[in-house]
Amino acid sequence: MYAQMVKSEAANDDPALLAAFQARIDAGERIEPKDWMPDAYRKTLIRQIGQHAHSEIVGQLPEGNWITRAPTLERKAILLAKVQDEAGHGLYLYCAAETLGVTRDDLTEQLLSGRMKYSSIFNYPTLTWADIGAVGWLVDGAAIMNQVPLQRTSFGPYARAMVRICKEESFHQRQGYDLITKMAQGTAEQKAMAQDALNRFWYPSLMMFGPSDKDSVHSTQSMAWKIKINTNDELRQKFVDQTVPQAKYLGLTVPDENLKWNDDKDGWDFSEPDWNEFYDVLKGNGPCNTDRLSARQKAWSDGAWFRDGLMAHAKKAEARRVAAKVAAE
Amino acid sequence: MPSLPDVMTPDAAQLAQAAGGEGRAPLETGSPEHDLFTGLTRLGDTTLILGHRVSEWCGLAPVLEEDIALANMALDLIGQTQLWLGLAGEVEGRGRDADALAFRRDGWEFHNLLLVERPNGDFGRTLMRQFLFDAYHLPLLKALEGSTNPRIAEIAAKAGKEVAYHVERSADLVIRLGDGTDESHARMQSSLDALWGYTGEAFIGDAVDARLGEAGVMPAPESLRSDWDRTVNAVLAEATLERPASDFAHKGGKQGRHSEHLGHLLTSMQWLQRSYPDATW
Ligand SMILES: [Fe+2]
Ligand SMILES: [Fe+2]
Ligand SMILES: [Fe+2]
Repeated sequence: MYAQMVKSEAANDDPALLAAFQARIDAGERIEPKDWMPDAYRKTLIRQIGQHAHSEIVGQLPEGNWITRAPTLERKAILLAKVQDEAGHGLYLYCAAETLGVTRDDLTEQLLSGRMKYSSIFNYPTLTWADIGAVGWLVDGAAIMNQVPLQRTSFGPYARAMVRICKEESFHQRQGYDLITKMAQGTAEQKAMAQDALNRFWYPSLMMFGPSDKDSVHSTQSMAWKIKINTNDELRQKFVDQTVPQAKYLGLTVPDENLKWNDDKDGWDFSEPDWNEFYDVLKGNGPCNTDRLSARQKAWSDGAWFRDGLMAHAKKAEARRVAAKVAAE
Repeated sequence: MPSLPDVMTPDAAQLAQAAGGEGRAPLETGSPEHDLFTGLTRLGDTTLILGHRVSEWCGLAPVLEEDIALANMALDLIGQTQLWLGLAGEVEGRGRDADALAFRRDGWEFHNLLLVERPNGDFGRTLMRQFLFDAYHLPLLKALEGSTNPRIAEIAAKAGKEVAYHVERSADLVIRLGDGTDESHARMQSSLDALWGYTGEAFIGDAVDARLGEAGVMPAPESLRSDWDRTVNAVLAEATLERPASDFAHKGGKQGRHSEHLGHLLTSMQWLQRSYPDATW
């Protein structure tokens, strides 16, 4: 998932309905769009699914940055297929959000006006070809870590979207790892690019899980509703434990002097990312915030005539159908 | 005063062959193998350059469905490129694979149609370029399915299935936008007018085409014109767009003489391979 700072809404519904709702969730039942749900559950989900959808869309940009420069036809095809998948993920997720009573246009408008966020990872630039490997390996890897548990989330359409998405994300991760393996085992320059990519993407990837549990104020309600399944720190730990051996295999160094195996917890000790940087990026001060958002705004406003044209044609075609029917009667 | 040396540039084909390499002698101009190689690079370079242009839209299309459709179309075109250029490399027999041909040749060795290197412009321009090309690409592939060369027939059959969908989609959008708002109509008409002069090249044969046509390897370009006219006229009529009267055709792409745009496209496309020639990716 790419939803790292979702505020859950306070609940002020009928206590009896709320209790029955919670009982369904506790029993492992799926909530479907037509079922009663607390207003806050609905709003929180819209925000979370919307943020995830926006991340898939904005996430096309850092990868699209290299499609025209991909070094082989095969790599170009793989990257095109990946970006196509990401746009598809955006589509499923917008559809899931629409079952909650918002429109895609609404959500888009909120993204473009800055009222809704997307994952801060996409506010970092892709500077070399190795970054495309690092994005697949680390960013899709972190996304999977977040999303696999969400296949069991309480809201039916969201859970089902996750099942489809997770399959494709794990494919992306393997392809990214394959790419960076080629770089890490390549010429001295390629190896340097691979290391540089890991250096730049390591901490931003750790940030994808959201703030530390002790600072994460919105988790409790979301966890009770099974909108969130694991805590941020649990997932971050899992990610580090999975990724460190992969980096070692590549002969790359994780940029953390404090990285140390801890027998007691059967996992790695590691440094926290710089949370000031995280909040700066959220506030709009990441290296690419302005570029990403203005690229999306431009795409949307440049495309207005296209969308209007299709609407106008649909209306004309409908009017002609009606006229033909009248004439025939 | 001494006379100046001859300033004629060498023949592009000779330059291209000199740039080749690896043991085996370059194919002899006018030989069946050289003709076949040229014909295959015309096909593969055209799909490569168009695929590249389409991929420039990544993440920037007017609606999400178009982002998906464009990525999908670019993917088809790049896949076709791998097959055409892969076969071209085999025919040449000098150790160049599809990647070597795509990333290590200079502009004068590219044989794509000028139409596909036209810059994207607005989304309407991109769609119109796609439609004008698709309407030619489909009958081309249908004809290639009957090639006396079984490898070509096989690739054409596979590509034809993809392209049948491309033309259905691009024709539909041209119709809807041509017959949409005043603005969408005006944009589609101006795109059509701007691209029209680049459509004729596809139907003008040269000596290579004539020999390939004679041997039944590839269709004579002239033979594809009536199919294209029929599709284009029908779609433009339904789109309420006016077919330009001029029949002037820019030529040269198929022979390696391109617009200024191609060099910039190749500069970004080939940059990694050229900057790190020892690397494998
Ligand atoms: Fe995702
Ligand atoms: Fe995705
Ligand atoms: Fe992905």
